[in-house]
Amino acid sequence: MVRYILRRVMYMLITLFIIATLSFFLMKLLPGSPLNAEDKLSEEQQAIVLEKYGLNDPIPVQYVNYLGGLVQGDLGISFAFSNTPVTDILMDRIGPSAQLGAQALVVGTILGVLLGLIAAISHNGFLDYTSTVIAVLGTSIPNFVFAGLLQYVFAAELEWFPVALWGSFEHSILPTIALMIFPMATAARFVRTEMVEVLGSDFITTARAKGVSEPGIVFKHGLRNALIPLVTVIGPMAVSLMTGSMVIEQIFAIPGIGEQFVNSVMVNDYPTIMGTTLMFAALFIGIILIIDLLYGLIDPRIRISGGDS
Amino acid sequence: MSKLLEVKDLAVSFNTYNGEVQAVRGVSFDLDKGETLAIVGESGSGKSVTTSALMGLVPKPQGVIKSGEILLEGEDLVKKSNKEMQKIRGKDISMVFQNPLSSLNPTMKIGNQIIEGLVKHQNMNRTDAKKRAIELLDQVGIPNPEIRMKQYPHQFSGGMRQRVVIAIALACNPKILIADEPTTALDVTIQAQILELMKDIQKETESAIVFITHDLGVVANVADRVAVMYAGKIVEYGTVDDIFYNPKHPYTWGLLGSMPTLDSDDEELYAIPGSPPDMLNPPKGDAFAPRNKFALEIDGVMEPPMFKVSDSHYAATWLLHEDAPKMEPPESVKKRMQGFANTGGEE
Repeated sequence: MVRYILRRVMYMLITLFIIATLSFFLMKLLPGSPLNAEDKLSEEQQAIVLEKYGLNDPIPVQYVNYLGGLVQGDLGISFAFSNTPVTDILMDRIGPSAQLGAQALVVGTILGVLLGLIAAISHNGFLDYTSTVIAVLGTSIPNFVFAGLLQYVFAAELEWFPVALWGSFEHSILPTIALMIFPMATAARFVRTEMVEVLGSDFITTARAKGVSEPGIVFKHGLRNALIPLVTVIGPMAVSLMTGSMVIEQIFAIPGIGEQFVNSVMVNDYPTIMGTTLMFAALFIGIILIIDLLYGLIDPRIRISGGDS
Repeated sequence: MSKLLEVKDLAVSFNTYNGEVQAVRGVSFDLDKGETLAIVGESGSGKSVTTSALMGLVPKPQGVIKSGEILLEGEDLVKKSNKEMQKIRGKDISMVFQNPLSSLNPTMKIGNQIIEGLVKHQNMNRTDAKKRAIELLDQVGIPNPEIRMKQYPHQFSGGMRQRVVIAIALACNPKILIADEPTTALDVTIQAQILELMKDIQKETESAIVFITHDLGVVANVADRVAVMYAGKIVEYGTVDDIFYNPKHPYTWGLLGSMPTLDSDDEELYAIPGSPPDMLNPPKGDAFAPRNKFALEIDGVMEPPMFKVSDSHYAATWLLHEDAPKMEPPESVKKRMQGFANTGGEE
């Protein structure tokens, strides 16, 4: 097991290296430069700035310098945000995004699984159609529509929650709900399909033949088998939620990572873009590793046996 | 003698988009304590639907028990609610399924799968149930039961999984064990082992066994009595000897003729022509008539009743009517019957 994880971490580092390289050279291919922002600089000033940030060096030298910094955990200094190190910017911004994402993922998945279960049990019944409609609406209506609706109803009209901004837990409720709809609908659809299939499988008949009660059939025998494919979709969903839905963060004026990313692309802030990309990549790979380990927990058939265990 | 199980005129239909499929059309049989009844027939003849009706597991809402009674020690199972059936399933009647590869829960340790029924039906605590589960695994011939208890189905071979399924079915000492083609998915050597195991267990536990199969070789090996099913009906019913030495129904002749034997290399293997009827619109008269070269004119008009051959032997064919022309089974089948008589019915 430990050997397996170590091997996976090795692969992760290789992947990260490739992504860092790719994003570096892609960045060099971007049109424009960090200097063509609003403030007009004279030729001389521009030369000084380029020199300061090492942008005059040949590209291979820049690349080696960048990698050298990376190894020491230094993502460089942001061009745009008052000379702050990129790591600091990311650290500042990740908090709200992660909290929102985690809340949306946990609540959304739990509600989604429940919804899917109810649908599967009342297969082709009224509740099934109801939950299918909810799921279809949830996946097809973009979340900013829900965001606006929530702001109007619960903040502007009922005044239960603040309209926007970040601070207390109350601030996080409306954006969480808006973000949660999509994972909830996805989970509901998946669980319903899987559960209907699992409930028709042979081992469920065996369980019935043993005299297991209906709740026992659904929760003890069905659910675990139905959750296996869900884990696959939850992984990528988790990353996109944790790293922030750019639109939701804009609407609720939340200082998260998504908003940050958009801004840095606008101003050609190379170090921040690359830093954010790398962080996305690292999160993604990390979550995939966690998912693979989770698989083993849920499905004994693919439990990883390291060495002799 | 009072019967353990009596099935009277059972009819099961499935409502589909195309109409009503009459899977079982009036089946009657009975079962004594400790007896083995084999139900034989082609795919789609209604064998499995009959047994799922016994278990109360006819898929709802499409499947409907149209008529009939299933009397387990005098109590009609058809009238029982699902809750009541849950107490009977696994305790009084239990079942071994066709495909051992898919009939165990892949995410549950096999020990827990055995224990489940014990805890539910025998009110055992987990420690006692564990002991009993280990005994059961030992009884069905699984070595190292203590270790195997903690393993998952994928760590077992097909034959071993079927042993586990049998252990689950036996957990609560059922009065009736239904085995739905329990050896079909296994290779031949394992088949023989599983059949031996079931016979041994029957001796020990005195459970009655209803054995569903399309393999007449298996029937000769395990059964006391045989019911031959065709198109949702029992067409011939008798002891193993009646069916193998003195078959009366042309369909039984066809089944016996199409059964490969060791000394059959000189003859061509017989196949019953045509295919089973569409149960959406069951044919008028004898359902087997279109495939039957011995069919009489009346077969196309009226369904034959059960004719009595002897006290234990019945067959539904007009050939047994006193006015019918004397018909002999075809030569190849006669040779077969002779062969069975010489070897004593064993393979």
